[in-house]
Parts: sequence; structure tokens; C-alpha cells
Amino acid sequence: MRRYSAFAIAREALRHHLGWERAWASPEPRAAYDVVIVGAGGHGLATAYYLGKNFGITNVAVIEKGWLGGGNTGRNTTIIRSNYLQDPSAAIYEKSRSLYETLSQDLNYNVMFSPRGVMMLAQTHHEVRGYLRTAHANVLQGVETEWIGPDRVKELCPIMNIDGPRYPVLGALWQPRGGTARHDAVAWGYARACSAMGMHIIQQCEVTGVRSEAGQVTGVDTTKGFIGCKKLGMVVAGHSSVLAEKAGFRLPIESMALQALVSEPIKPCMDVVVMANTVHGYMSQSDKGEMVIGGGTDSFNNYTQRGSFHHIEETLRALIETFPMLSRLKMLRQWGGIVDMTGDRSPIISKTPLGGCFVNCGWGTGGFKAIPGSGWAMAELMAKGEPGPLAEEFSMYRFREGRFIDESVAAGVAH
Amino acid sequence: MLIVHCPHCGVQADETELTNGGQAHLRRFGPGSSDAEFEAYMFARKNPKGVHFERWRHSYGCGKWFIAARCTATLEVFGTYPAQTTEPPAAIIATIKKRRPEWEGSE
Ligand SMILES: [Zn+2]
Repeated sequence: MRRYSAFAIAREALRHHLGWERAWASPEPRAAYDVVIVGAGGHGLATAYYLGKNFGITNVAVIEKGWLGGGNTGRNTTIIRSNYLQDPSAAIYEKSRSLYETLSQDLNYNVMFSPRGVMMLAQTHHEVRGYLRTAHANVLQGVETEWIGPDRVKELCPIMNIDGPRYPVLGALWQPRGGTARHDAVAWGYARACSAMGMHIIQQCEVTGVRSEAGQVTGVDTTKGFIGCKKLGMVVAGHSSVLAEKAGFRLPIESMALQALVSEPIKPCMDVVVMANTVHGYMSQSDKGEMVIGGGTDSFNNYTQRGSFHHIEETLRALIETFPMLSRLKMLRQWGGIVDMTGDRSPIISKTPLGGCFVNCGWGTGGFKAIPGSGWAMAELMAKGEPGPLAEEFSMYRFREGRFIDESVAAGVAH
Repeated sequence: MLIVHCPHCGVQADETELTNGGQAHLRRFGPGSSDAEFEAYMFARKNPKGVHFERWRHSYGCGKWFIAARCTATLEVFGTYPAQTTEPPAAIIATIKKRRPEWEGSE
């Protein structure tokens, strides 16, 4: 792999940009690998990357039914934060956020991580108490957040109306080191680094069956033929239940549509990320100038990657009181992705009833922020066969045992 | 936007009038059941890509519960029926089999 650098740009500028290599190879699959990861989204590619980097396991294939990063990795609102209430959540999301800080250097690929700060507005007294509690919990967890008052909110985000009649801004939970990153670049950067380690990334290859012998996984049937493996990682958010069924078990997951939208591009007006959970909307401004807006999930099981229009309307209607300038903006594009929802709104990184088969799913509406930490924890689980400290609480068996990591109660909403 | 026929009041209700109640025809488990049975009942919902039976409440209409058979891959609604039943009526099954010949027919 030829490294990217300022020098490389200068060199290529002098020779008509003919020297750039393909970022990753597209080989035909081999008959077998030590590890097969299903799903070349951020989480799957990060799992492969840390298998190679942390454990020296490089005989790995990442197979993908569509194109690389074409699922939820390319469909989210790119928010990165770790201000969670429960200890297991704070640990894995904070690990993830800290890995994002140096990810561009680590991958030699600019993921455009922008630690612009994430603000979660408190617009009811219930939320004020909730976020004060989270701020205290974060101190104990070593996550840097602080409670700020309305004046400081206005100072950080002047376009906000803090005196709305229905939803006044009473303060906010402020995480100055949260922010955003370029979502496609995260997938591309991991893919390039995996390819450079000799791993195979196989796109347009759908898994049609999972084969096993005596309770141990032996490989997967795909549209490009049988691919054998000693260990299998399922990292296919949205379709986790469908793939688990092929492997012979059921996951505590339901698939739902989550939508996002962007406005026409405008001049810079907002240099922080704002989340308003009472009205259930969140917004940031992209480098292109678009206001990037997200809301809550639709209410019913759905695999179509299309959501209902009234949800978009509800999100904007609710945000307009706090951001009056939105009422003058045209919305440019809207899209949907299919998210895995678990009963406690926390993810699953777990062994499964099938030997040698591991699952990483259930990130709900907030998986992008978790990509590096999730890959790190999943790689450890797959390499050792047992979960490390980051993953152990996220077993799929916690629902049987009643050990929920209840962020749905903590956040009051999906997150 | 999803439009579903309410079998109680006959209204073609759009989804803003309705509340989704999750998987239909769940069998409850009582005292003495195993942890696995409780887990399956409470959390291990069916999540098919295809034919799905689910509960809906006509919240901003007649207020009654009913069950819809719907395809989660296309959002096609095959039919609806009142919730006071433990299994789908034969007419609904027939409609689904006509529309989805490959469907293996478990609710
Ligand atoms: Zn009705």
C-alpha cells in the first residue's frame, strides 16, 4: 500500500495523478479462510482490522451482499459521542470516541473526525434531572462531559431560540470532545487498511446459508459459492435476524426504519452538534453546508429502507421552535436505513448457540459512533473465543438473565 | 405512508391514526415456566423479512385492537382481522398464499 501524504499529493500533481493505486483490492474468494466476517459496513470492517492489528489474524474475508459501506454506515447522521448513563455503555462508546481521535493517523486515511462538541438539550425539568445524573455518572466513568446553563447554550449555538413557549432550553449536557466524522471515509479507510494486510474484501456476494457440523460452524454458502471458515462473525445490522435464522437461532431484535434528511447547503451557521431528545430531533451542519437532521424510528417492522413521510414532518415541526431558521430552509434529500432494535436499546456483541459463530448487532439508532470500539471488542471476542471487558456485558443471553443495560430508560428515547 | 383497513369501523386508516402493538398471536407464559420460555415470550420476537402478523390499535379512531398481515419487505398489507382470535382466519392465509406462493405459512 502506497501511503497517502502531502508529499504523495505533490508527486501526483507533477505526473497527472497517474500513480494513485486502488484503495482496496477486489479478489475472487478463496475456498476457505480462518475468519469470515459477513457485512462490510463500518462494524464488520473494523472487526477485521482489529483482528489483524491487535491479534495478527489476517487470513480473513469480509463479504458483503451490496457495496462496501452501503448500509447504515452510509445512511446515518455521523454523530460521535459517549455521554451514556450505564457503565458498560460509557466504556465501549468512550473507547470508540477515543479511537476516532487518532483514526485518521492510524489508518493513514482522512476520516475527517471533527470534535466540534455535542450538546444534548434539556427542555423539561425531567430531562434536567436526567442529564445532571448522567453528568455525575460520566465523571465517575472518566467521560468528559459537563452540565451547562441556557446562556452558555446560546453562546455555543447562537441560532437557537432558548425561550420557546413549549420547549424552553433549560440547559444541556455538553460533551466538548464529541463531534462528527465522514461516514464513508470510515468504511473506506478500514477497507483500505484491511486490504493492505492481505485480507479479502468481497462485494456483491450474498450469504444464502450457514453450514455447520456437530454444532460448529464450517462455512457459508454464498452467491459466489461455498466459503469455508473456522470462525464466523455476523455483522449485518438491519438483517441480523435474517442471517441468524440461516444459522439456526433467533436474536432478540426487531428491524425498523430510521430516517434522516439534509437541507439545501447554506453558509456556516452552527459549529456544534445539537440533540433535542424531548422533541426527538438532532442536527448538525455538514462541511458542505447542509443541515443534517435526524429523528426517531418508524413504529413498525420494516426492511424496505424507506420510512414514512409524516415522521420527517414531525421531526422538523418539533425542531422549528428551537431552530426558527429551519422554517425558511428547503429540504434537499431524505433517506432511510434499517436499524436493529433490542429490548433494552443496547447492542449485542456475543457468542451464539452455534460454535465458532459470533454476532455483533443491535446498535439501534446509534451505531456509527461505536464503529471503532465495536470492532475492537468484537475482534477480541472472535480471536480469544471469550469476550473481553468491553464486550462481556453485551451478551445476547442478558435478556434471559435479566441483566439489561437499559439505555432506553436512561435516555428516554432510542439513541 | 402505510394505509390499513380497520376491520372494526371500516375506516381506511393511515398510520398516523394507528399504534403498532408488535408481533401478534403471542402465547403467554405463566408461573412455573422456564427462563427460556419467558425470554422468548418477552424479547425473542419474530422479525421476518416477508410475511408478518402484527397487532395494531386504531388509537385515533374507534380505539380497538386488530391484527394485520403485512409484508415487511414491500409494505403490502394482505388483510386485517379483529384481535379476538388465536390464529389467522383461513381467508387471510389464502390471500397470502396466492400473493406469496413461496411462503411457508407459519404465523
Ligand atoms: Zn377502527
